Amino acid sequence: MSAALQNLVNQPYKHGFVTNIESYVAPKGLNEETIRLISAKKDEPEWLLNFRLEAFQKWLTMTEPHWQNVKFPKIDYQAISYYAAPKPKNKLASMDEVDPELLRTFEKLGVPMHERAALAGVAVDVIFDSVSVATTYKEKLAEVGIIFCSISEAVHNHPELVRQYLGSVVPVGDNFFAALNSAVFTDGSFCYIPKGVKCPMDLSTYFRINTQDSGQFERTLIIAEEGASVSYLEGCTAPQFDTNQLHAAVVELVALDHADIKYSTVQNWYAGDENGIGGIYNFVTKRGLAKGVNSRISWTQVETGSAITWKYPSCILRGDNSIGEFYSVAVTNHHQQADTGTKMVHIGKNTRSTIISKGISAGKSNSSYRGLVRIAPTAENARNFSQCDSMLVGDQSGAHTFPYIQVRNNSAKVEHEASTSKIGEDQLFYLAQRGIDAEEAVSMIVNGFCKEVFQQLPMEFAVEATKLLSFKLENSVG
Amino acid sequence: MNINQNPIILNVDNLHASIQDTEILKGINLTVRSGEIHAIMGLNGSGKSTFAKVLAGHPDYHVTQGSIQYEQQDLLELSAEERAQAGVFLAFQYPIEIPGVANSQFLRLAYNTVQAKRGKEELDPLEFDDFVREKMKLLEMKPDFLDRSVNEGFSGGEKKRNEILQMALLEPKLGILDETDSGLDIDALKIVAKGVNHLHNTDNAIILITHYQRLLDHIVPDFVHVMEAGRIIKTGGKELALELETHGYDWIHNDQKRTVGAST
Repeated sequence: MSAALQNLVNQPYKHGFVTNIESYVAPKGLNEETIRLISAKKDEPEWLLNFRLEAFQKWLTMTEPHWQNVKFPKIDYQAISYYAAPKPKNKLASMDEVDPELLRTFEKLGVPMHERAALAGVAVDVIFDSVSVATTYKEKLAEVGIIFCSISEAVHNHPELVRQYLGSVVPVGDNFFAALNSAVFTDGSFCYIPKGVKCPMDLSTYFRINTQDSGQFERTLIIAEEGASVSYLEGCTAPQFDTNQLHAAVVELVALDHADIKYSTVQNWYAGDENGIGGIYNFVTKRGLAKGVNSRISWTQVETGSAITWKYPSCILRGDNSIGEFYSVAVTNHHQQADTGTKMVHIGKNTRSTIISKGISAGKSNSSYRGLVRIAPTAENARNFSQCDSMLVGDQSGAHTFPYIQVRNNSAKVEHEASTSKIGEDQLFYLAQRGIDAEEAVSMIVNGFCKEVFQQLPMEFAVEATKLLSFKLENSVG
Repeated sequence: MNINQNPIILNVDNLHASIQDTEILKGINLTVRSGEIHAIMGLNGSGKSTFAKVLAGHPDYHVTQGSIQYEQQDLLELSAEERAQAGVFLAFQYPIEIPGVANSQFLRLAYNTVQAKRGKEELDPLEFDDFVREKMKLLEMKPDFLDRSVNEGFSGGEKKRNEILQMALLEPKLGILDETDSGLDIDALKIVAKGVNHLHNTDNAIILITHYQRLLDHIVPDFVHVMEAGRIIKTGGKELALELETHGYDWIHNDQKRTVGAST
């Protein structure tokens, strides 16, 4: 490997800083008391406490999964603090009242919230550690009947909706990390698009992990009623710490008849340093239920951060003619490990799914695509197309593909394509011979490789993702 | 052979180069003046393509001895991209594919990068579009070339035309064409040759690397050099290529023996 390629890999994490905001941090450890404490702190109704306790009981019977192609030391779940919240201050009526320290944090991130919201016409629901601090554009959305708020608020203001749908796509005992999340989730976003409403703007949440050693367990629930549509953006950055932080989120999407939910993620949590020290463990359960006829769930993700990514945004295609899509770019560098992919479960007739996965591995990192396409006996004329491409940068990284295909209806048509390529000296030399330096060359090659996925992202996100990828893989080439 | 007193663009002196400790070039001497076309011929493995790559600065090859002067600079001091910016252009024998990157995007980035380094004007996408379409006419290229991924799914002829298009855009001082004729049918060969002749002028120079005489029917060289085992073993005018075509490469050995015999 050339010096140029090796240098491409050494990039310090840009967002490494800690914001000094007064936090209330729960004592470390997980037991029923912790859960009752969280529930009490959040002044929750009893049904939600019971939901949590049921999840906790299930979790106690489960074991941490290790079938995925990643290695990590045993996590001590009793050494984690499960609740951290900024100490309650007076209610915030406007952005002016937001802690200036918090605003500065966003400025350091390069995405000042108010500017971003105003300029891009995006309503931002900010999760700072575990409690929502500010929500904008709520009134504007309320005009068309859209509810966009923190899930804690939704629990108080729209309990019937939350109770009906929470855990309906990802049951409390779905998997080890989902059960953990269901027991201890502290906050997240809630979004409800009423019948026939097309959401007039992209909805966006900036997640951020701040308190050292506090695991973060977000819970997101998005419901699109009949004929409704919404595009939801999730962007993530986290400050730099030496100890690994656990992150186990659950995202549930429900699309009723003719509804359309597009969920886009750009994830750039701290990945650990170049020696593999520190970084976020990102164990996420994301699932969309295409419940109604002609409904559509579309996942787009650009995963560049975290020490470990374990994530399979999935679609349950229950409604006839429903559509599931998964577009993914996963970039790993240094010692990062990613095991990510999707599940497309075809139940309804004429259901269609598309999977486009692009994995880029640099440094000593490992990236795996793991995908399941299941065609149930009821799924007449189901169609799936999967394409999994891997690109290796340098000669010490690894790429793996684990496709699982289960077809139980012989009218189904399932296609799978896979390729592995390498950014070679030859490509770099070719571009150098046209005057283009290695940094720009790698950026161009990688962004070209990811084009099919980036095209799925909303404009401003696509720009951000392009920059992030270049940033992630380039540095001081000399 | 023309007698040319134009300025020297390239002066290669006793050039030795290796890849992974295997010496491929074993003492090349070559002087190229502006306005000249030099053809380098020779069998497979004689070191022709290696010579082209060493001139362009391929990182896999290490120069172990000798020097290369280019326009009063030490070419070996420059990185591959600096050489390109300074006007050394290599048309690749096997142009590289870059999936997902539109040809127009690649061409414009290359053009603007080189223009900026030369202190010349850069073009925005619209201006560039007009500019490149003019150049494409020269090579009889269809406009959809611009939207396709760089070299991906291109036929052999399309790839080679794309190389010459890049040469037209980057306006090199020294154009090195590495077996640009291979894989071309006669019509494509004529188009490419027409393009090269159009780009050639008294201020620049061209080195053609080829196996065959047929390219030289269309791009007429001032000098023909024959390479063997990493050296230029014979230099002549354009008629040397014809003799090689007629008699084969072995003829040179016999011819040399005769020459050697005569001189002793």
